Amino acid sequence: MKALVAMSGGVDSSMAAALMLEAGYEVIGVTLKQWVGPDGEMPTAGCCTVADAEDARRVAAQLGVPYYVLDYVDEFTSAVVDPFGAAYLAGRTPNPCIECNRKVRFSALLERMDALRADVLVTGHHARVRADDAGFHLLRAVDGAKDQSYVLHMLGQHELARIRLPIGEMTKTEVRERATAMGLRTADKPDSQDICFVKSDYRAFLDSVVPEAARPGKIVDTDGSVLGTHAGISNFTIGQRRGLGVAIGEPRYVVDVHPATAEVVVGSREDLLVTGCIVSDVTFVSGSEPADPEVEVKVRYRSKPIPSSVAPVGGGRWLVEFAESKPAPAPGQSAVFYDGDEVLGGGVIDDVIRSDG
Amino acid sequence: MIYLDHAATTPSRPEARAAMEPWLHDRFGNPSGVHAVSRGAKDAIEEARERVADAVGAAHPLEIVFTGGGTDADNLAVIGAAIERPGGVVTTAIEHDAVLESARFVERLGHAVRVVGVDDEGRVDPDDVVAAVDDDTAVVSVMSANNETGVVQPVRQIGELLAADAPGVLFHTDAVQAFASLPVTVKETGADLISISAHKIGGPQGVGCLYVRDGARLEPVIHGGGQELGRRSGTHNVAGIVGFAAAVDAAAADRLRYRSVVGGTRDRFEAELGTRVKMDVTGAGSERLVSHAHVRFPGVRSETLLIRLDEAGIYAAAGAACHSGAQLTSHVLDAMGIPADEGAEYVRFSFGWVDVTATGGEAAAIVADVVETLQ
Repeated sequence: MKALVAMSGGVDSSMAAALMLEAGYEVIGVTLKQWVGPDGEMPTAGCCTVADAEDARRVAAQLGVPYYVLDYVDEFTSAVVDPFGAAYLAGRTPNPCIECNRKVRFSALLERMDALRADVLVTGHHARVRADDAGFHLLRAVDGAKDQSYVLHMLGQHELARIRLPIGEMTKTEVRERATAMGLRTADKPDSQDICFVKSDYRAFLDSVVPEAARPGKIVDTDGSVLGTHAGISNFTIGQRRGLGVAIGEPRYVVDVHPATAEVVVGSREDLLVTGCIVSDVTFVSGSEPADPEVEVKVRYRSKPIPSSVAPVGGGRWLVEFAESKPAPAPGQSAVFYDGDEVLGGGVIDDVIRSDG
Repeated sequence: MIYLDHAATTPSRPEARAAMEPWLHDRFGNPSGVHAVSRGAKDAIEEARERVADAVGAAHPLEIVFTGGGTDADNLAVIGAAIERPGGVVTTAIEHDAVLESARFVERLGHAVRVVGVDDEGRVDPDDVVAAVDDDTAVVSVMSANNETGVVQPVRQIGELLAADAPGVLFHTDAVQAFASLPVTVKETGADLISISAHKIGGPQGVGCLYVRDGARLEPVIHGGGQELGRRSGTHNVAGIVGFAAAVDAAAADRLRYRSVVGGTRDRFEAELGTRVKMDVTGAGSERLVSHAHVRFPGVRSETLLIRLDEAGIYAAAGAACHSGAQLTSHVLDAMGIPADEGAEYVRFSFGWVDVTATGGEAAAIVADVVETLQ
C-alpha cells in the first residue's frame, strides 16, 4: 500500500509521514506549490515558504522517503486566491483554507493519486476518520484544542474512503513528544498561523489583488447617521469590535457591510444578535441529509458550537436557526454541522437572519 | 536504476578522478606564490590550461580563463563584454538562464538587449541574429546546442556572418551542453568566447572555462586578487582544474566512440519507445546532440511521469526546476511556440559517456510500461 503524504514542513505532517511509514506503508512526501512570489518562486516569508518546503524535504530524507514539490499554482490561484479577493469585494469574510481543501488538496491532489499509484492520501490535520457499515465518518480530533474538523467539512464518502488522518488520534503534545523522540527536525517548529499565500500584511495583500476594495466609505450607525469614514470595506468583518475608528462611549461592533455603497454599519452588541443564518453549497459527509434537524453549528473555526435546528430551503441552501440569539456570523465563513464529535456537513454562510426579521 | 539525466550532470571519468587524486591528498598549494609548493600547483594548472587550449584549438594557452563553471563563464562573457565595450547584447530566446539573466543584468545597466526567436524545431535563424546586431552591440551570444532539446544551433554560419558584417562585435557561444558530443573549437564556431563546463563531460562540478580570443577585452565580473590575468579572481581550484583538463582530453579522445555508442543507444531508445506509446520527438528534423531524447507524451504531465519513473528507477528530467524543486514552464518550449499545457508534457532523457549500450532497449521498455498506464 502506498501513501501520498501532503507535507507542509510542519510537525503534524512530518509525524503523519512517519506514522504511515511505521504502519507499513510505502510513503511519498509531497508539498504543493500553491503560490509564487514575484520571481516565480515559493514565498520566502509566511506559511508554505521555501523554508517550509526545505523542512519537509529534509524530514522526507530523514525518513528515507521520496519527496516532490508539485505545482498547483494555477489551480490554487483560480480556485482560492481569485475568489478570496472577490469575496472581500462583496463584503464577505472568506475562509481560503476551506476553499483550498475543497478545490485543491482534496480534489486536484486526490485526483492525481491514481496517476501516482497511491492508495491513500494523508495529511497532518487534527481530525479523525472512522469507518463502519454505514460508511465513513469524520470526527473531531482527540485534541479538542487543535481540532481542525471544521476545515474538512466538505469531505464526502468518495474522499474519506481514500484519506487517512493519523494525527487526529493524538494530542498535539503527543505529536511533539513522539517527533522529538524520533529526532524529527520539525519537532519544535511553531504552528503556522497565517494564510499561506498572504505574507504578513493581510490588508496590503488584499489591496494588491482587489484594489477596488480600498474604496473609502462611510461608517454609519443602525439609524443611518454617519459616525465617520473608513479606507475600504475589506478592513471590516461582521462582529469586529476593534479598529473601527469611531469614538463612542459604549462598545460598538460591525453589524453589517454594504459593498454596493461601501457603507459599514456599526451598532451595539444587541444590534449584532441574530437568530440564525442561511448557508449555501451545503454538502453532507454521509451523502444524505441528517435525519435529526437538531444539530450543533460552528460558524467560525475557533468558536463554540451553537445548538441549532437546520432545514433545507432549496438549491443546496439551508436555514440554520440558533436555539437562542447569537452575535452575527460573518458571511463567507463556513457553517459546519456537528452531532457531538461527528461532522455532518456544512456550507458557506450566505446571509444572517436578524431578530427583527 | 538507469540514469538518463547526463545532461544535468554525468559521472566523473576515471581519467579525471585519477588526475585530481594527488591534489586531494599529498599535493596541494596556492598557485599564486613564490615557493616550491606554489610552483607545483601553478605548473599543474598551466599544464591543464595547455591541454584545454589544445582541445578547443586556442592559439595560445592564455586564451583559456578558468572559472567556477559554465554559469561563471557565461556571466564573464556576456556582462564582461557589454561593460567593457560598453554596449548591448544580442542573444536567443532559448539560451540557458546563465546567458539570459546576464543579458537582463546588462539591460538593467542601461544597454539594449535583443532576444532573437527560434522556429518550431527550436532552431535560430543566422540571418535573424545578424539582423539584430547594430553599432551599439557589444556581444552576440548563441549557444552551440540547446540543453533541453539538444537541438544544434547554426553557430558556424552565425560566426561567419558576424565576421563579415560586424567584425567589431564579440561572438560568444555557450558550449556547456554541446562539448561532450561535438568538437566545439575556435575554428568550427568562429567564436571569440566559448564557455565549457567540466561536470557535463565527466569532470568535477564547480569548474569550467571561458575561451577568450587574444585581443578580446572583457571587464571582470568577479573582482579580487587578479588571478587568471585579472579576468577571473579567486584562489584556483587546483584539483578541479586538473580534473577538468583530464576530462576535456578524455572526452575529446572518446568523442568518436561516444557519438556512435551514445547516439545508437539514444536512437534505439526512441525507436523502441515509439513503437509502444504515442510520442513526439523535439527537433526530429534538425541536427541534435546524440545524447538527447526530448520527448512529449501527449496527455501525460511530465511532473507525474517523472515521479513514476523515479519510482521505476529511471532518472530523467523536464525543463527547468525552481529552488523548491517544482517544475517550471520551459522558456525554451515557450520560445518554440508550444502552448503551456503541451509544454508540461515534455521529458528529457539524456544519455552519457558511461557504457550504456544495453540501456536503450531496457529503458524504453520501462518508460513505455509507465507511460502506457498514464496515456
